[in-house]
Amino acid sequence: MQAQITLSVDGEQRSLTIDTRTTLLDALRERLGVTSPKKGCDHGQCGACTVLLDGRRANTCLALAVAHDGARITTAAGLEDGDNLHPLQQAFIDHDGFQCGYCTPGQICSAVGMLDEFEAGHPSHVTQDPTGPQQLDDDEIRERMSGNLCRCGAYANIVAAIRAVAP
Amino acid sequence: MIPFDYQRAADGASAVATVTRRPGAAFLGGGTNLVDHMKLGVADPDLLVDVTRLPYDAIEQLPGGGVRIGATVRNSDLAADPLIRSRYPVLSEALLAGASGQLRNLATTGGNLLQRTRCVYFQDVTTPCNKRQPGAGCSAIDGWTRNHAILGASEHCVATHPSDMAVAMAALDAAVVVLGADGERSIPLVDFHRLPGDEPQRDTVLEHGELITAVDVPALGFAVRSAYRKVRDRASYAFALVSVAAALDIDGGVVRDGRVALGGVAHKPWRATRAEERLRGAPADDATFAAAADAELAQARPLRDNGFKVAMARNTLVAVLRDLAARDQGTKDRP
Ligand SMILES: Cc1cc2nc3c(=O)[nH]c(=O)nc-3n(C[C@H](O)[C@H](O)[C@H](O)COP(=O)(O)OP(=O)(O)OC[C@H]3O[C@@H](n4cnc5c(N)ncnc54)[C@H](O)[C@@H]3O)c2cc1C
Ligand code: SF4
Ligand code: FES
Ligand code: FES
Repeated sequence: MQAQITLSVDGEQRSLTIDTRTTLLDALRERLGVTSPKKGCDHGQCGACTVLLDGRRANTCLALAVAHDGARITTAAGLEDGDNLHPLQQAFIDHDGFQCGYCTPGQICSAVGMLDEFEAGHPSHVTQDPTGPQQLDDDEIRERMSGNLCRCGAYANIVAAIRAVAP
Repeated sequence: MIPFDYQRAADGASAVATVTRRPGAAFLGGGTNLVDHMKLGVADPDLLVDVTRLPYDAIEQLPGGGVRIGATVRNSDLAADPLIRSRYPVLSEALLAGASGQLRNLATTGGNLLQRTRCVYFQDVTTPCNKRQPGAGCSAIDGWTRNHAILGASEHCVATHPSDMAVAMAALDAAVVVLGADGERSIPLVDFHRLPGDEPQRDTVLEHGELITAVDVPALGFAVRSAYRKVRDRASYAFALVSVAAALDIDGGVVRDGRVALGGVAHKPWRATRAEERLRGAPADDATFAAAADAELAQARPLRDNGFKVAMARNTLVAVLRDLAARDQGTKDRP
Protein backbone atom coordinates (compact mmCIF):
# COMPACT_ATOMS: atom_id res chain seq x y z
CA MET A 1 0.00 0.00 0.00
CA GLN A 2 1.24 3.48 -0.83
CA ALA A 3 1.26 6.53 1.37
CA GLN A 4 2.26 10.13 0.82
CA ILE A 5 4.44 11.59 3.57
CA THR A 6 6.47 14.70 4.29
CA LEU A 7 9.58 14.74 6.44
CA SER A 8 11.76 17.61 7.50
CA VAL A 9 15.28 16.24 7.11
CA ASP A 10 18.17 18.36 8.32
CA GLY A 11 16.07 21.46 7.78
CA GLU A 12 14.74 20.58 4.35
CA GLN A 13 11.10 19.64 3.62
CA ARG A 14 10.99 16.40 1.65
CA SER A 15 7.75 14.90 0.30
CA LEU A 16 7.62 11.39 -1.06
CA THR A 17 5.33 8.48 -1.78
CA ILE A 18 6.33 5.32 0.02
CA ASP A 19 5.24 1.73 0.44
CA THR A 20 3.85 1.48 4.01
CA ARG A 21 6.46 -1.22 4.71
CA THR A 22 9.30 1.30 4.41
CA THR A 23 11.17 2.01 7.62
CA LEU A 24 12.30 5.52 8.40
CA LEU A 25 15.87 4.34 7.86
CA ASP A 26 15.14 3.02 4.37
CA ALA A 27 13.13 6.13 3.49
CA LEU A 28 16.11 8.29 4.43
CA ARG A 29 18.81 6.18 2.84
CA GLU A 30 17.17 4.55 -0.16
CA ARG A 31 14.55 7.10 -1.11
CA LEU A 32 16.01 10.45 -0.05
CA GLY A 33 19.71 9.70 -0.43
CA VAL A 34 20.40 10.72 3.16
CA THR A 35 23.07 8.16 3.99
CA SER A 36 24.33 9.55 7.27
CA PRO A 37 22.28 7.13 9.41
CA LYS A 38 23.65 3.63 8.85
CA LYS A 39 22.07 0.20 8.71
CA GLY A 40 23.91 -2.15 11.03
CA CYS A 41 21.52 -4.79 12.28
CA ASP A 42 18.11 -3.53 11.10
CA HIS A 43 16.63 -4.94 14.36
CA GLY A 44 17.18 -2.25 17.00
CA GLN A 45 20.27 -3.96 18.35
CA CYS A 46 23.18 -1.71 17.33
CA GLY A 47 22.19 1.97 17.23
CA ALA A 48 23.91 2.75 13.90
CA CYS A 49 20.59 4.11 12.57
CA THR A 50 20.10 6.60 15.42
CA VAL A 51 18.84 10.09 14.49
CA LEU A 52 17.14 12.88 16.39
CA LEU A 53 13.44 12.37 15.78
CA ASP A 54 11.44 15.44 16.78
CA GLY A 55 14.42 16.35 18.95
CA ARG A 56 14.92 13.00 20.70
CA ARG A 57 17.32 10.21 19.83
CA ALA A 58 15.60 7.24 18.23
CA ASN A 59 16.43 4.17 16.18
CA THR A 60 15.05 4.49 12.66
CA CYS A 61 15.24 0.83 11.65
CA LEU A 62 12.17 -0.22 13.65
CA ALA A 63 10.20 2.98 13.01
CA LEU A 64 7.83 2.93 10.07
CA ALA A 65 8.19 6.02 7.90
CA VAL A 66 4.42 6.31 7.48
CA ALA A 67 4.02 6.48 11.27
CA HIS A 68 6.30 9.52 11.35
CA ASP A 69 4.69 11.61 8.61
CA GLY A 70 5.37 15.24 9.49
CA ALA A 71 8.36 14.48 11.71
CA ARG A 72 11.44 16.64 12.07
CA ILE A 73 14.61 14.62 11.65
CA THR A 74 18.17 15.65 12.33
CA THR A 75 20.94 13.31 11.23
CA ALA A 76 24.59 13.61 12.17
CA ALA A 77 25.18 15.28 8.79
CA GLY A 78 22.75 18.02 9.74
CA LEU A 79 24.34 18.91 13.05
CA GLU A 80 26.97 21.36 11.89
CA ASP A 81 26.30 25.05 12.02
CA GLY A 82 27.38 26.47 8.66
CA ASP A 83 31.04 25.57 8.30
CA ASN A 84 31.44 24.86 12.00
CA LEU A 85 31.28 21.28 13.16
CA HIS A 86 29.05 20.49 16.11
CA PRO A 87 31.18 20.28 19.29
CA LEU A 88 30.58 16.52 19.46
CA GLN A 89 31.68 16.04 15.85
CA GLN A 90 34.84 18.01 16.61
CA ALA A 91 35.42 16.03 19.81
CA PHE A 92 35.13 12.71 17.95
CA ILE A 93 37.86 13.93 15.58
CA ASP A 94 40.05 15.35 18.36
CA HIS A 95 39.81 12.17 20.43
CA ASP A 96 39.95 9.72 17.55
CA GLY A 97 36.52 8.37 18.52
CA PHE A 98 36.24 6.01 15.57
CA GLN A 99 38.07 3.62 13.34
CA CYS A 100 35.99 2.62 10.32
CA GLY A 101 33.40 5.30 11.10
CA TYR A 102 30.33 3.17 10.41
CA CYS A 103 28.81 3.54 13.86
CA THR A 104 29.87 7.19 14.19
CA PRO A 105 26.81 9.10 12.89
CA GLY A 106 24.63 7.01 15.21
CA GLN A 107 27.04 7.53 18.11
CA ILE A 108 27.03 11.29 17.59
CA CYS A 109 23.25 11.63 17.30
CA SER A 110 22.85 9.39 20.33
CA ALA A 111 25.35 11.49 22.30
CA VAL A 112 23.50 14.71 21.40
CA GLY A 113 20.21 13.22 22.58
CA MET A 114 21.84 11.73 25.65
CA LEU A 115 23.31 15.08 26.73
CA ASP A 116 19.86 16.67 26.39
CA GLU A 117 18.38 13.91 28.56
CA PHE A 118 21.06 14.51 31.16
CA GLU A 119 20.38 18.26 31.11
CA ALA A 120 16.70 17.50 31.66
CA GLY A 121 17.67 15.53 34.79
CA HIS A 122 16.84 12.05 33.50
CA PRO A 123 18.38 9.32 35.64
CA SER A 124 20.06 6.24 34.20
CA HIS A 125 20.47 2.65 35.31
CA VAL A 126 23.71 3.58 37.12
CA THR A 127 22.54 6.83 38.72
CA GLN A 128 23.07 6.56 42.48
CA ASP A 129 21.57 9.83 43.66
CA PRO A 130 17.78 9.51 44.03
CA THR A 131 17.30 13.19 43.22
CA GLY A 132 18.92 12.70 39.82
CA PRO A 133 22.26 12.47 38.09
CA GLN A 134 24.75 15.06 39.31
CA GLN A 135 27.68 14.35 37.09
CA LEU A 136 28.20 12.62 33.79
CA ASP A 137 31.11 10.41 34.76
CA ASP A 138 32.43 7.58 32.61
CA ASP A 139 30.03 5.03 34.11
CA GLU A 140 27.11 7.27 33.28
CA ILE A 141 28.37 7.88 29.74
CA ARG A 142 28.90 4.17 29.10
CA GLU A 143 25.47 3.22 30.42
CA ARG A 144 23.65 5.98 28.57
CA MET A 145 25.48 5.15 25.33
CA SER A 146 24.99 1.38 25.62
CA GLY A 147 22.50 1.40 22.74
CA ASN A 148 25.32 2.19 20.32
CA LEU A 149 27.66 -0.66 19.54
CA CYS A 150 31.02 -0.13 17.88
CA ARG A 151 32.31 -3.13 15.96
CA CYS A 152 35.79 -1.59 15.87
CA GLY A 153 35.79 -1.27 19.63
CA ALA A 154 36.60 2.45 19.68
CA TYR A 155 34.75 2.76 22.97
CA ALA A 156 37.61 4.19 25.02
CA ASN A 157 37.95 7.15 22.66
CA ILE A 158 34.20 7.54 22.19
CA VAL A 159 33.84 7.95 25.95
CA ALA A 160 36.73 10.42 25.95
CA ALA A 161 35.12 12.46 23.15
CA ILE A 162 31.80 12.64 24.94
CA ARG A 163 33.45 13.42 28.27
CA ALA A 164 35.16 16.40 26.62
CA VAL A 165 31.78 17.89 25.67
CA ALA A 166 29.78 16.79 28.71
CA PRO A 167 28.93 19.46 31.31
CA MET B 1 6.80 -8.39 5.00
CA ILE B 2 3.32 -8.57 3.49
CA PRO B 3 1.69 -5.32 2.33
CA PHE B 4 -0.49 -3.63 4.93
CA ASP B 5 -2.75 -0.64 5.34
CA TYR B 6 -1.94 2.04 7.87
CA GLN B 7 -4.30 4.31 9.81
CA ARG B 8 -3.84 6.86 12.55
CA ALA B 9 -6.53 6.17 15.13
CA ALA B 10 -8.90 9.11 15.56
CA ASP B 11 -10.06 8.02 19.01
CA GLY B 12 -9.92 4.95 21.24
CA ALA B 13 -13.41 3.66 20.47
CA SER B 14 -12.98 3.78 16.69
CA ALA B 15 -9.54 2.16 16.95
CA VAL B 16 -11.11 -0.69 18.92
CA ALA B 17 -13.99 -1.00 16.43
CA THR B 18 -11.62 -1.10 13.45
CA VAL B 19 -9.27 -3.73 14.87
CA THR B 20 -12.13 -5.83 16.32
CA ARG B 21 -13.76 -6.00 12.90
CA ARG B 22 -10.60 -7.05 11.07
CA PRO B 23 -8.90 -10.30 12.19
CA GLY B 24 -5.58 -9.35 10.58
CA ALA B 25 -5.39 -5.88 12.13
CA ALA B 26 -3.03 -4.85 14.93
CA PHE B 27 -2.42 -1.77 17.02
CA LEU B 28 0.91 -0.03 16.50
CA GLY B 29 2.80 1.60 19.37
CA GLY B 30 6.46 2.53 18.95
CA GLY B 31 6.85 -0.47 16.67
CA THR B 32 10.06 -1.63 18.34
CA ASN B 33 8.72 -5.15 18.80
CA LEU B 34 5.95 -5.42 16.20
CA VAL B 35 7.98 -4.06 13.26
CA ASP B 36 10.86 -6.35 14.24
CA HIS B 37 8.44 -9.31 14.12
CA MET B 38 7.03 -8.19 10.78
CA LYS B 39 10.55 -8.16 9.35
CA LEU B 40 11.21 -11.61 10.78
CA GLY B 41 7.95 -13.02 9.45
CA VAL B 42 6.73 -13.71 12.98
CA ALA B 43 3.83 -11.24 12.63
CA ASP B 44 1.94 -10.40 9.44
CA PRO B 45 -0.79 -7.84 10.13
CA ASP B 46 -2.69 -6.51 7.10
CA LEU B 47 -3.69 -3.29 8.86
CA LEU B 48 -1.83 -1.23 11.44
CA VAL B 49 -3.85 1.16 13.57
CA ASP B 50 -1.36 3.61 15.05
CA VAL B 51 -2.40 4.51 18.59
CA THR B 52 0.55 6.70 19.54
CA ARG B 53 -1.35 9.96 18.97
CA LEU B 54 -4.33 9.01 21.11
CA PRO B 55 -4.71 11.10 24.27
CA TYR B 56 -3.25 8.41 26.53
CA ASP B 57 0.08 10.13 27.04
CA ALA B 58 -0.27 11.46 30.59
CA ILE B 59 0.92 10.33 34.02
CA GLU B 60 -1.77 11.45 36.46
CA GLN B 61 -2.37 11.16 40.18
CA LEU B 62 -5.44 9.12 41.07
CA PRO B 63 -7.72 9.96 43.98
CA GLY B 64 -6.47 7.84 46.88
CA GLY B 65 -2.80 8.31 46.06
CA GLY B 66 -2.26 6.01 43.12
CA VAL B 67 -0.99 6.91 39.66
CA ARG B 68 -2.50 6.35 36.22
CA ILE B 69 0.05 5.81 33.46
CA GLY B 70 -1.27 6.37 29.94
CA ALA B 71 -0.72 3.57 27.43
CA THR B 72 1.23 5.77 25.01
CA VAL B 73 3.61 7.25 27.59
CA ARG B 74 7.11 6.48 26.34
CA ASN B 75 9.27 4.25 28.53
CA SER B 76 11.90 7.01 28.84
CA ASP B 77 9.35 9.57 30.06
CA LEU B 78 7.87 7.14 32.55
CA ALA B 79 11.30 6.29 33.96
CA ALA B 80 12.18 9.98 34.35
CA ASP B 81 8.85 11.07 35.85
CA PRO B 82 9.38 12.67 39.28
CA LEU B 83 6.24 11.09 40.75
CA ILE B 84 7.28 7.61 39.65
CA ARG B 85 10.86 8.10 40.81
CA SER B 86 9.86 9.28 44.27
CA ARG B 87 6.92 6.96 44.95
CA TYR B 88 7.79 3.84 42.96
CA PRO B 89 11.57 3.77 42.42
CA VAL B 90 11.30 0.06 41.52
CA LEU B 91 9.33 0.98 38.41
CA SER B 92 11.72 3.68 37.24
CA GLU B 93 14.69 1.37 37.85
CA ALA B 94 13.06 -1.50 35.95
CA LEU B 95 12.45 0.71 32.92
CA LEU B 96 16.00 2.06 32.99
CA ALA B 97 17.33 -1.49 33.08
CA GLY B 98 15.56 -2.30 29.80
CA ALA B 99 16.58 -1.83 26.16
CA SER B 100 18.53 1.39 25.34
CA GLY B 101 18.01 5.13 25.59
CA GLN B 102 16.91 5.47 21.98
CA LEU B 103 14.58 2.45 22.13
CA ARG B 104 12.98 3.71 25.35
CA ASN B 105 12.21 6.98 23.56
CA LEU B 106 10.03 5.00 21.13
CA ALA B 107 8.64 2.19 23.32
CA THR B 108 5.21 2.73 24.89
CA THR B 109 3.67 1.43 28.10
CA GLY B 110 1.09 -0.62 26.21
CA GLY B 111 3.59 -2.03 23.75
CA ASN B 112 6.04 -2.91 26.51
CA LEU B 113 3.41 -5.02 28.29
CA LEU B 114 2.60 -6.82 25.05
CA GLN B 115 6.14 -7.42 23.82
CA ARG B 116 6.59 -11.08 22.99
CA THR B 117 9.12 -13.62 24.19
CA ARG B 118 12.75 -13.49 23.05
CA CYS B 119 12.82 -17.31 22.74
CA VAL B 120 15.14 -17.74 19.75
CA TYR B 121 12.95 -20.46 18.24
CA PHE B 122 9.92 -18.22 18.41
CA GLN B 123 11.83 -15.56 16.50
CA ASP B 124 13.16 -18.00 13.88
CA VAL B 125 10.36 -19.00 11.52
CA THR B 126 12.34 -22.02 10.30
CA THR B 127 12.02 -23.78 13.67
CA PRO B 128 8.76 -25.28 15.03
CA CYS B 129 7.16 -23.28 17.81
CA ASN B 130 3.79 -23.78 19.50
CA LYS B 131 3.52 -20.12 20.31
CA ARG B 132 3.90 -19.07 16.68
CA GLN B 133 2.06 -22.04 15.21
CA PRO B 134 -0.12 -23.96 17.68
CA GLY B 135 0.48 -27.70 17.48
CA ALA B 136 3.80 -27.41 15.60
CA GLY B 137 5.82 -28.50 18.63
CA CYS B 138 8.30 -26.71 20.87
CA SER B 139 11.87 -26.53 19.61
CA ALA B 140 13.17 -25.25 22.93
CA ILE B 141 12.25 -28.17 25.16
CA ASP B 142 14.85 -30.44 23.57
CA GLY B 143 16.95 -27.52 22.39
CA TRP B 144 18.91 -24.70 23.98
CA THR B 145 17.10 -23.62 27.12
CA ARG B 146 19.56 -21.34 28.88
CA ASN B 147 17.18 -18.39 28.68
CA HIS B 148 14.00 -20.28 29.38
CA ALA B 149 11.58 -20.67 32.27
CA ILE B 150 12.14 -22.36 35.62
CA LEU B 151 8.66 -21.65 36.99
CA GLY B 152 5.16 -22.32 35.65
CA ALA B 153 6.16 -23.74 32.26
CA SER B 154 4.24 -26.45 30.44
CA GLU B 155 5.17 -29.29 28.10
CA HIS B 156 3.95 -27.03 25.28
CA CYS B 157 6.08 -23.95 25.94
CA VAL B 158 8.94 -22.99 28.26
CA ALA B 159 9.37 -19.38 27.13
CA THR B 160 9.86 -16.40 29.44
CA HIS B 161 8.30 -12.96 29.31
CA PRO B 162 11.03 -10.39 28.55
CA SER B 163 9.63 -7.17 30.02
CA ASP B 164 11.41 -5.51 32.93
CA MET B 165 8.69 -2.88 33.44
CA ALA B 166 6.00 -5.51 33.87
CA VAL B 167 7.92 -7.20 36.69
CA ALA B 168 7.91 -3.99 38.71
CA MET B 169 4.24 -3.45 37.91
CA ALA B 170 3.43 -6.99 39.06
CA ALA B 171 5.09 -6.30 42.41
CA LEU B 172 3.15 -3.03 42.73
CA ASP B 173 -0.31 -4.62 42.23
CA ALA B 174 -0.87 -2.57 39.09
CA ALA B 175 -3.97 -3.00 36.95
CA VAL B 176 -4.23 -2.79 33.16
CA VAL B 177 -7.09 -0.63 31.91
CA VAL B 178 -8.49 -1.98 28.68
CA LEU B 179 -11.05 -0.66 26.22
CA GLY B 180 -13.01 -3.26 24.26
CA ALA B 181 -16.03 -3.35 22.00
CA ASP B 182 -18.22 -3.75 25.12
CA GLY B 183 -16.59 -0.97 27.11
CA GLU B 184 -13.82 -0.70 29.65
CA ARG B 185 -12.43 -3.32 32.03
CA SER B 186 -9.56 -3.38 34.48
CA ILE B 187 -7.35 -6.46 34.74
CA PRO B 188 -4.91 -7.00 37.63
CA LEU B 189 -1.44 -7.12 36.08
CA VAL B 190 -0.70 -10.45 37.74
CA ASP B 191 -3.68 -11.93 35.85
CA PHE B 192 -2.95 -10.09 32.60
CA HIS B 193 -0.13 -12.31 31.35
CA ARG B 194 -0.85 -16.05 31.23
CA LEU B 195 1.07 -19.21 31.97
CA PRO B 196 1.49 -21.19 28.74
CA GLY B 197 -0.59 -24.28 29.63
CA ASP B 198 -1.85 -25.82 26.42
CA GLU B 199 -2.40 -22.46 24.73
CA PRO B 200 1.08 -20.91 24.52
CA GLN B 201 -0.05 -18.82 21.54
CA ARG B 202 -1.92 -16.62 24.04
CA ASP B 203 0.52 -14.43 25.96
CA THR B 204 -2.20 -12.50 27.79
CA VAL B 205 -5.92 -12.57 28.51
CA LEU B 206 -6.49 -9.70 26.07
CA GLU B 207 -9.02 -10.37 23.29
CA HIS B 208 -8.37 -9.33 19.69
CA GLY B 209 -9.32 -5.66 19.34
CA GLU B 210 -8.97 -4.76 23.01
CA LEU B 211 -6.90 -1.63 23.47
CA ILE B 212 -4.76 -0.88 26.51
CA THR B 213 -5.48 2.70 27.54
CA ALA B 214 -3.62 2.91 30.86
CA VAL B 215 -1.95 1.12 33.73
CA ASP B 216 -3.10 2.06 37.22
CA VAL B 217 -0.62 1.74 40.05
CA PRO B 218 -2.29 1.91 43.47
CA ALA B 219 -0.91 3.82 46.43
CA LEU B 220 1.71 1.81 48.31
CA GLY B 221 3.44 3.98 50.88
CA PHE B 222 6.31 1.61 51.54
CA ALA B 223 7.17 1.41 47.84
CA VAL B 224 9.51 4.33 48.54
CA ARG B 225 11.70 1.48 49.86
CA SER B 226 11.72 -0.56 46.65
CA ALA B 227 14.27 -1.63 44.09
CA TYR B 228 14.81 -3.55 40.86
CA ARG B 229 17.87 -5.64 40.19
CA LYS B 230 18.58 -7.30 36.87
CA VAL B 231 21.21 -9.96 36.19
CA ARG B 232 22.29 -10.32 32.58
CA ASP B 233 25.15 -11.45 30.38
CA ARG B 234 26.55 -7.94 29.94
CA ALA B 235 26.33 -4.77 32.00
CA SER B 236 23.72 -3.07 29.81
CA TYR B 237 21.43 -3.47 26.77
CA ALA B 238 20.63 -7.13 27.33
CA PHE B 239 17.56 -9.01 28.47
CA ALA B 240 17.38 -10.42 31.98
CA LEU B 241 18.57 -13.86 32.89
CA VAL B 242 16.87 -13.20 36.20
CA SER B 243 15.48 -10.05 37.76
CA VAL B 244 13.93 -9.09 41.07
CA ALA B 245 11.47 -6.31 41.91
CA ALA B 246 10.83 -5.83 45.60
CA ALA B 247 9.45 -3.42 48.18
CA LEU B 248 9.79 -3.83 51.95
CA ASP B 249 7.93 -2.35 54.89
CA ILE B 250 10.06 -2.75 58.00
CA ASP B 251 9.20 -1.61 61.51
CA GLY B 252 11.48 -2.18 64.48
CA GLY B 253 13.51 -4.81 62.70
CA VAL B 254 10.42 -6.80 61.69
CA VAL B 255 9.02 -7.10 58.17
CA ARG B 256 5.50 -5.71 58.30
CA ASP B 257 4.81 -6.31 54.63
CA GLY B 258 6.60 -6.94 51.36
CA ARG B 259 6.08 -7.18 47.63
CA VAL B 260 8.23 -9.40 45.46
CA ALA B 261 8.17 -10.30 41.77
CA LEU B 262 10.69 -12.16 39.62
CA GLY B 263 11.51 -11.65 35.95
CA GLY B 264 13.24 -13.90 33.41
CA VAL B 265 11.95 -17.02 35.12
CA ALA B 266 8.45 -17.61 33.75
CA HIS B 267 5.98 -17.02 30.91
CA LYS B 268 4.70 -14.06 32.93
CA PRO B 269 6.09 -11.65 35.49
CA TRP B 270 6.23 -13.95 38.50
CA ARG B 271 4.64 -12.56 41.65
CA ALA B 272 6.40 -14.34 44.50
CA THR B 273 3.47 -14.76 46.89
CA ARG B 274 5.12 -17.61 48.83
CA ALA B 275 8.16 -15.47 49.51
CA GLU B 276 5.91 -12.62 50.62
CA GLU B 277 4.10 -14.92 53.07
CA ARG B 278 7.39 -15.94 54.64
CA LEU B 279 8.46 -12.32 54.96
CA ARG B 280 5.37 -11.01 56.73
CA GLY B 281 5.91 -10.71 60.48
CA ALA B 282 9.42 -12.21 60.39
CA PRO B 283 12.64 -10.53 61.53
CA ALA B 284 14.23 -8.49 58.74
CA ASP B 285 17.40 -10.55 58.56
CA ASP B 286 19.28 -12.81 56.18
CA ALA B 287 17.74 -15.97 57.57
CA THR B 288 14.25 -14.68 56.78
CA PHE B 289 15.25 -13.48 53.34
CA ALA B 290 16.85 -16.83 52.49
CA ALA B 291 13.82 -18.72 53.78
CA ALA B 292 11.53 -16.52 51.71
CA ALA B 293 13.58 -17.06 48.55
CA ASP B 294 13.75 -20.81 49.18
CA ALA B 295 10.01 -20.98 49.76
CA GLU B 296 9.38 -19.43 46.37
CA LEU B 297 11.98 -21.39 44.45
CA ALA B 298 11.02 -24.75 45.91
CA GLN B 299 8.55 -24.89 42.99
CA ALA B 300 11.27 -24.33 40.38
CA ARG B 301 11.61 -26.95 37.64
CA PRO B 302 14.78 -26.06 35.75
CA LEU B 303 15.48 -27.38 32.26
CA ARG B 304 18.72 -28.86 30.95
CA ASP B 305 20.58 -25.56 30.43
CA ASN B 306 19.08 -23.21 33.01
CA GLY B 307 19.61 -24.83 36.40
CA PHE B 308 21.82 -21.87 37.29
CA LYS B 309 18.75 -19.63 37.28
CA VAL B 310 17.43 -21.22 40.47
CA ALA B 311 20.46 -20.22 42.51
CA MET B 312 20.71 -16.92 40.66
CA ALA B 313 17.10 -16.00 41.42
CA ARG B 314 17.48 -17.06 45.03
CA ASN B 315 20.69 -15.14 45.62
CA THR B 316 19.50 -12.04 43.77
CA LEU B 317 16.30 -11.98 45.79
CA VAL B 318 18.21 -12.31 49.08
CA ALA B 319 20.61 -9.56 48.01
CA VAL B 320 17.81 -7.15 47.06
CA LEU B 321 15.92 -7.73 50.31
CA ARG B 322 19.10 -7.29 52.32
CA ASP B 323 19.88 -4.00 50.57
CA LEU B 324 16.35 -2.73 51.10
CA ALA B 325 16.45 -3.66 54.77
CA ALA B 326 19.74 -1.82 55.20
CA ARG B 327 18.20 1.43 54.02
CA ASP B 328 16.66 3.93 56.35
CA GLN B 329 12.90 3.83 55.97
CA GLY B 330 11.76 6.35 53.40
CA THR B 331 15.10 7.13 51.88
CA LYS B 332 16.61 5.64 48.81
CA ASP B 333 20.36 5.54 49.15
CA ARG B 334 21.44 2.73 46.94
CA PRO B 335 24.67 0.95 47.86
C1 LIG C 1 17.43 -4.58 20.88
C2 LIG C 1 16.31 -4.55 21.86
C3 LIG C 1 16.57 -4.72 23.21
C4 LIG C 1 15.53 -4.69 24.13
N1 LIG C 1 15.81 -4.90 25.45
C5 LIG C 1 14.79 -4.91 26.36
C6 LIG C 1 15.04 -5.15 27.74
O1 LIG C 1 16.18 -5.33 28.16
N2 LIG C 1 13.98 -5.16 28.59
C7 LIG C 1 12.70 -4.95 28.16
O2 LIG C 1 11.78 -4.96 28.97
N3 LIG C 1 12.44 -4.74 26.86
C8 LIG C 1 13.45 -4.72 25.96
N4 LIG C 1 13.18 -4.53 24.64
C9 LIG C 1 11.79 -4.54 24.20
C10 LIG C 1 11.12 -3.19 24.23
O3 LIG C 1 10.92 -2.81 25.57
C11 LIG C 1 9.79 -3.37 23.51
O4 LIG C 1 10.05 -3.59 22.16
C12 LIG C 1 8.89 -2.15 23.65
O5 LIG C 1 8.58 -1.90 25.01
C13 LIG C 1 7.60 -2.35 22.89
O6 LIG C 1 6.86 -1.15 22.89
P1 LIG C 1 6.33 -0.51 21.51
O7 LIG C 1 5.49 0.65 21.86
O8 LIG C 1 7.44 -0.28 20.57
O9 LIG C 1 5.41 -1.71 21.01
P2 LIG C 1 5.02 -2.17 19.54
O10 LIG C 1 6.15 -2.89 18.92
O11 LIG C 1 4.42 -1.05 18.78
O12 LIG C 1 3.86 -3.18 19.90
C14 LIG C 1 4.07 -4.39 20.61
C15 LIG C 1 2.73 -5.13 20.70
O13 LIG C 1 1.80 -4.41 21.47
C16 LIG C 1 0.62 -4.12 20.74
N5 LIG C 1 0.18 -2.82 21.22
C17 LIG C 1 0.91 -1.66 21.26
N6 LIG C 1 0.24 -0.70 21.92
C18 LIG C 1 -0.96 -1.25 22.31
C19 LIG C 1 -2.08 -0.77 23.04
N7 LIG C 1 -2.14 0.48 23.53
N8 LIG C 1 -3.13 -1.61 23.25
C20 LIG C 1 -3.10 -2.88 22.77
N9 LIG C 1 -2.07 -3.38 22.06
C21 LIG C 1 -0.99 -2.58 21.85
C22 LIG C 1 1.02 -4.22 19.31
O14 LIG C 1 -0.08 -4.57 18.48
C23 LIG C 1 2.07 -5.31 19.35
O15 LIG C 1 1.44 -6.57 19.35
C24 LIG C 1 14.20 -4.50 23.70
C25 LIG C 1 13.93 -4.30 22.34
C26 LIG C 1 14.97 -4.33 21.42
C27 LIG C 1 14.65 -4.12 19.98
S1 SF4 D 1 9.49 -22.24 24.35
FE1 SF4 D 1 7.52 -21.47 23.60
S2 SF4 D 1 8.15 -19.78 22.28
FE2 SF4 D 1 9.99 -21.07 22.52
S3 SF4 D 1 9.89 -22.63 20.86
FE3 SF4 D 1 8.84 -23.52 22.60
S4 SF4 D 1 6.70 -22.99 22.18
FE4 SF4 D 1 7.92 -21.59 20.95
S1 FES E 1 20.32 -0.60 12.32
FE1 FES E 1 18.92 0.22 13.72
S2 FES E 1 19.69 -0.45 15.61
FE2 FES E 1 20.97 -1.49 14.20
S1 FES F 1 34.21 2.92 14.30
FE1 FES F 1 33.93 1.08 13.21
S2 FES F 1 32.05 0.37 14.09
FE2 FES F 1 32.55 2.02 15.38
